[in-house]
Amino acid sequence: MEFFLVTLLNSLSYGLLLFMLSSGLTLIFSMMGVLNFAHASFYMLGAYFAYQTGLYVGFWPALFLAPLLVGALGALTERYGLRTVHKFGHVAELLFTFGLAYVIEEIVHLIWGRAPVDYRIPAGLDFTLFTLFTTQYPAYRAFMMLVSVGMLAALYLGLTRTRIGLVIQASLTHPDMVEALGHNVPRVFMLVFAGGAALAGLAGVIGGNAFITEPGMAVAVGSIVFVVVVFGGMGSLTGAFIASLIIGALQTFSVALDYSMLDLFAKIGVSVPPNSSWHGLWSITISQTAPVMPYLLMVLMLIVRPRGLMGTRES
Amino acid sequence: MTPVVTKRRIIFWAVAALFFASLPFVFTQSFALSMLSQMGIAIIFALSYNMLLGQTGLLSFGHAVYFGLGAFFCAHALNLVGAGKFWFPVTFMPLVGGLAGMFFGLVLGFVTTRRAGTPFAMISLGIAEMVAASALMFTGFFGGEGGIATDRTVGGTMMGIGYGPQIQVYYLIAGWCLACIIGMFAITQTPLGRMANAVRDNPERAKFIGYNPTRVRWLMMTLAGFFAGVSGGLAAINYEIVTAETLGVMASGNAVLMAFIGGIGHFWGPIIGAVLVTLLQSALSNYTQAWLLYFGLFFLVIIMFSPGGIANLIMLHKAAWEAGRLKRLLPGYSLSGGAGLVMLLGFFALIEMIYRSEAKDAANKAFSYFGVTLDPVQATFWIGTLAVLAAGIAMFYAATRVVKRAWDDITAELQIKGMV
Repeated sequence: MEFFLVTLLNSLSYGLLLFMLSSGLTLIFSMMGVLNFAHASFYMLGAYFAYQTGLYVGFWPALFLAPLLVGALGALTERYGLRTVHKFGHVAELLFTFGLAYVIEEIVHLIWGRAPVDYRIPAGLDFTLFTLFTTQYPAYRAFMMLVSVGMLAALYLGLTRTRIGLVIQASLTHPDMVEALGHNVPRVFMLVFAGGAALAGLAGVIGGNAFITEPGMAVAVGSIVFVVVVFGGMGSLTGAFIASLIIGALQTFSVALDYSMLDLFAKIGVSVPPNSSWHGLWSITISQTAPVMPYLLMVLMLIVRPRGLMGTRES
Repeated sequence: MTPVVTKRRIIFWAVAALFFASLPFVFTQSFALSMLSQMGIAIIFALSYNMLLGQTGLLSFGHAVYFGLGAFFCAHALNLVGAGKFWFPVTFMPLVGGLAGMFFGLVLGFVTTRRAGTPFAMISLGIAEMVAASALMFTGFFGGEGGIATDRTVGGTMMGIGYGPQIQVYYLIAGWCLACIIGMFAITQTPLGRMANAVRDNPERAKFIGYNPTRVRWLMMTLAGFFAGVSGGLAAINYEIVTAETLGVMASGNAVLMAFIGGIGHFWGPIIGAVLVTLLQSALSNYTQAWLLYFGLFFLVIIMFSPGGIANLIMLHKAAWEAGRLKRLLPGYSLSGGAGLVMLLGFFALIEMIYRSEAKDAANKAFSYFGVTLDPVQATFWIGTLAVLAAGIAMFYAATRVVKRAWDDITAELQIKGMV
């Protein structure tokens, strides 16, 4: 019970973090049809910027500054990069973000080196919030959840209750009509891209010190976010939300479970001799399969339901 | 329809074969020979990738899966021959890799080719991650971190060929490379190759004339898997070791870079890309730590300014060449070439200085740069570098206008002649 509850809480905070990334990716995708390969790179930049600005001004100002910086970079990327290659079609746009991810990783190497940087949880949040049975639950995890939920609420209200949110929603489906009504659609695109990048940056700020801030973090989380978006259905925010929580839970639980098929066989009274050729396969524990699980889930989903959980149409 | 086997084509491929055969006589150093072998492997890999991206419109981020699995199966087959389990000539061993790649192209392609466009790109990436993660899980087959070592000389020596010396391996690779290039070119001429183009350009219309786009994509995927597997098998023979990295996402990204830099719109584009990328990777990595950055920036520049790749840049000059007007471009090109060199010199110096000044362990941060000693601790060097860079950019900008004027002249002239 204790194990279950603690792991559930952990998976929830991880799932919410995944949603902060996948929501921006989904918004950008449904608006511009561009799959942003550099999205996870913005997540990484968020963590590094927070580390660097935190050295001068402390964690709390950095929490706001770093996402703003990342958002500004996102705006520049859209204005001077994506808009230039837009005329060459979607493949060129996609490959542009792919190359950008490559370059950002190298620039991070250039400035901060290849080793992880010492980006820590602020002292003010480094205490035990409550004790569940015997496990101490860190306050920072709760803070992460608070920030993600707060941001999600702000995103939802911003998209549905404000004027600019309505313009964004209209531009998703009817860009020509919105333009005819006198709105600057390219600027809306830039805004959405910058907003998505800033969201990813914020996720980096709160995720970088909870996990680890290193040049490989973009690649590590990037493909998981893609799985989330495909699993949830391309372009669906609700789907991305459900998928984030499912994938988050799947990864957190499978890492924590140290059982193998051998244990199961032992339970039901079947013994596999150690020298049989299947022994190696059956002795793989669930935690060892954890890295493969999300991808396996995605493949299963694609076979059963190619458009994903909440995807509306075949593209 | 024109006949497939024409006299011109036979002569062309014969000349290509002669060219491949004569290369080791020109580049005699052992370093050059291993580089040539590497290029041959890369050419097959890049061309097989372009069967998907260029010909079928499938942007795959997991092509190294078929390359890597082909390499692993080939390495295991070599080891089985070595253990005396069965006999198979080493010369045809890449076929084992090819069949393995084909099999996995068939199986995985069933899942991936159900979607096209952007979803396909993401799914191919997911599959690649899955295979890469499984490779570290099943240590029995993939050898874990250390990989699988093999020995290419297990077949024994037959008529003096035992694949011990690198030169024999080069000829093996060159032979397979030529055969694969011809094979892949032949596929573009078949109805399947044409249908792949149709599916790329407009799947809906392809459907209306009675073809199943999913089936066409799946077939192309299987065939591309075969050729990728062949090049993987050659890699296993060449390096005599296969690690899990060969089927990783980085290796897949390499295929994308090679094909796109070379140019996906022309059959021979990826050949240029493969040669250039192999050359850059081994040459640049000898001189600078920042080579991946330069490489990534080079890729971005190609996408932003010449999305057709180098092949397209070359083909732009075809009409001017046929009209004998290339001379008109010479002054502009030499000016912008010189200015570009100055610009690059300043840019590289700047990046290298940043790199050195970030190095924490070095006591003396000064370094030699094309015979000049640069010291990132002193401000004068930064100012000098920035000045060179700024001058280079200004000169380059001015030179591009000369080039543009020349092009405008030529285009106008060709239009009058009715050649454009």
